[in-house]
Amino acid sequence: MDPLRRSPSPCTSRPPSPRTPPCEMLGHVGIEAVLEQLKIKAMKMGFEFNIMVVVIAVIWLLIGQSGLGKSTMVNTLFKSKMWKSTLPGLGVPMPQTLQLQSVTHIIEENGVKLKLTVTDTPGFGDQINNDKCWDPILGYINGQYERYLQEEILITRQRHIPDTRVHCCVYFVPPTGHCLRPLDIEFLQRLCRTVNVVPVIARADSLTIEEREAFRRRIQHDLRAHCIEVYPQKCFDEDISDRILNSKIRDRIPFAVVGADQEHLVNGRCVLGRKTKWGIIEVENMAHCEFPLLRDLLIRSHLQDLKDITHNVHYENYRVFRLNQSHALPRGPGWVNLAPAPADLTATPGPWKVRWQAHDSSDEEC
Amino acid sequence: MSKQQPAQFINPETPGYVGFANLPNQVHRKSVKKGFEFTLMVVGESGLGKSTLINSLFLTDLYPERIIPGAAEKIERTVQIEASTVEIEERGVKLRLTVVDTPGYGDAINCRDCFKTIISYIDEQFERYLHDESGLNRRHIIDNRVHCCFYFISPFGHGLKPLDVAFMKAIHNKVNIVPVIAKADTLTLKERERLKKRILDEIEEHNIKIYHLPDAESDEDEDFKEQTRLLKASIPFSVVGSNQLIEAKGKKVRGRLYPWGVVEVENPEHNDFLKLRTMLITHMQDLQEVTQDLHYENFRSERLKRGGRKVENEDMNKDQILLEKEAELRRMQEMIARMQAQMQMQMQGGDGDSGVHGHHV
Repeated sequence: MDPLRRSPSPCTSRPPSPRTPPCEMLGHVGIEAVLEQLKIKAMKMGFEFNIMVVVIAVIWLLIGQSGLGKSTMVNTLFKSKMWKSTLPGLGVPMPQTLQLQSVTHIIEENGVKLKLTVTDTPGFGDQINNDKCWDPILGYINGQYERYLQEEILITRQRHIPDTRVHCCVYFVPPTGHCLRPLDIEFLQRLCRTVNVVPVIARADSLTIEEREAFRRRIQHDLRAHCIEVYPQKCFDEDISDRILNSKIRDRIPFAVVGADQEHLVNGRCVLGRKTKWGIIEVENMAHCEFPLLRDLLIRSHLQDLKDITHNVHYENYRVFRLNQSHALPRGPGWVNLAPAPADLTATPGPWKVRWQAHDSSDEEC
Repeated sequence: MSKQQPAQFINPETPGYVGFANLPNQVHRKSVKKGFEFTLMVVGESGLGKSTLINSLFLTDLYPERIIPGAAEKIERTVQIEASTVEIEERGVKLRLTVVDTPGYGDAINCRDCFKTIISYIDEQFERYLHDESGLNRRHIIDNRVHCCFYFISPFGHGLKPLDVAFMKAIHNKVNIVPVIAKADTLTLKERERLKKRILDEIEEHNIKIYHLPDAESDEDEDFKEQTRLLKASIPFSVVGSNQLIEAKGKKVRGRLYPWGVVEVENPEHNDFLKLRTMLITHMQDLQEVTQDLHYENFRSERLKRGGRKVENEDMNKDQILLEKEAELRRMQEMIARMQAQMQMQMQGGDGDSGVHGHHV
């Protein structure tokens, strides 16, 4: 079977476009930047692309132990209290099985509508025995792929298949300051083969700047040592400009973020932040935390890229895996007869089938 | 009859004053000469700042050559016990402090067996003391029993985790537990209050017996009473540890330097570090007493009731019973085989003999 490739991109140069100034006004999230991204991709494809997209659907998954600030992060990302942090009440036992809760929110900005679904995972990694706690999450992700696949192979299918696949998974690493825990490693290894993963250092206001850097280096070292490829993956860099841009991002991953949904007055400006006795931690201040970097990555600059990779790589891998399972190659439209989906959807397809002409020969095949 | 009494045995001036009010001073002198011993155990997940806090509390560096293991090594690790002893002297008073660290706690994916090692360590110390106490020479018993356990609770959760609850329930009858909220500089004041209240509620809900400070006696001075009241109200203590000297407001303080400000370790408005240290120092004696009178006596009575048999796990009991039953079964089978063989021989012999005996049908 031919190795699958990403959608072809003949144009090799991408016009540099600093879309937004680094320190910008509040209340502006920057969703309409996706139009710019689409336009650029369309230009690369070499034909006139009439953008008739009305609603862009994006799905994110937040994973981390309870109390790491996932819900607050969502509120911060969208500057609107779309999510009230839910604490289990007293007397209510911790959820023994993993439960996934999704919240959908439609945000409109300058004529562009973004339908964002954020799925939170309470109760992950909190139990005494956390063996196989990643199974429900992997099952959920693969379940979404399965749903899309079923829609795709219908004989008469909809023109616009509703996309519920997970485009990005934000993994919250607790700020221990030491290194990744065995639970984190296990989880990330499994997750990275199925979905785009962006690890972040949660609640980073407990680390000083030096500790933060040391922690980041150690995490990067751990990720390399265990062959975990997080987003943006090195093997999907299309060209030089992409590589330069993404290398800068890769150097700063995992971002050290702080989330806050309350506003305070600092020097006459109203900023989102956390107020403590020894100072106010400003969320949008690059000197305090790297939240703006995360936001720019997820919304302003790589939103479309995330969707593309999910569709072209992860979903295709899943599809190949399923087709191989049912020993049936498509013989043409309408002829595919898939074996019923396995009861256990946690099997990961394995290493990516996409092979990139390695410009960087130091890449290891894992 | 001596008319003149020797000079040193004259009666004191005040009638009715015998002079045994001097006893506390004698005790004080003896204790100071003898020195104090104290064993502190710190338990908590990695990365909660346990070592930093211990170093800050006692202003020493207990872990000079510390290597933090990477994630790959952590996967295979089980909980270990590391005890380091340090002798601190202050104004002539010697303190022999042993800090028992438990690296590897809470690291594994499956933490069910985390606390077995810790519990067996505590029991071992009690066992050793019991053995020494029942021995012939009781002059120089070294007290290595764990007097106090600082349990570090992560500030990132919403309260106690299931592992915290399980561990505290397992050791609350063996050692004094002092819950401590680590890395308190991640929390704002409101969050801190909420977390403390939540932890206290959960502790009550699960019937966990943590160490309670004794109330101040009614004849103590007001300051001391006030201090005790404040201490009691602040449990669990939320602390920040650091041994770095930072320049703040013109003077050097121990703290952590962030881009948005400096967290001072010894500032009571920033965290409860001073309260924790005060509690430890003023109640060191009480902690030792409770360990001796309550936990040790409990252990001792349990132990003596069992009558000298070592603790057996339930599992081991079942295994033993199984083995015994199997052995019995085998013996029975052998017996049956032997009986069968005997019967065979008898029948054969009987056949040969039947001619002699002459059975009549």
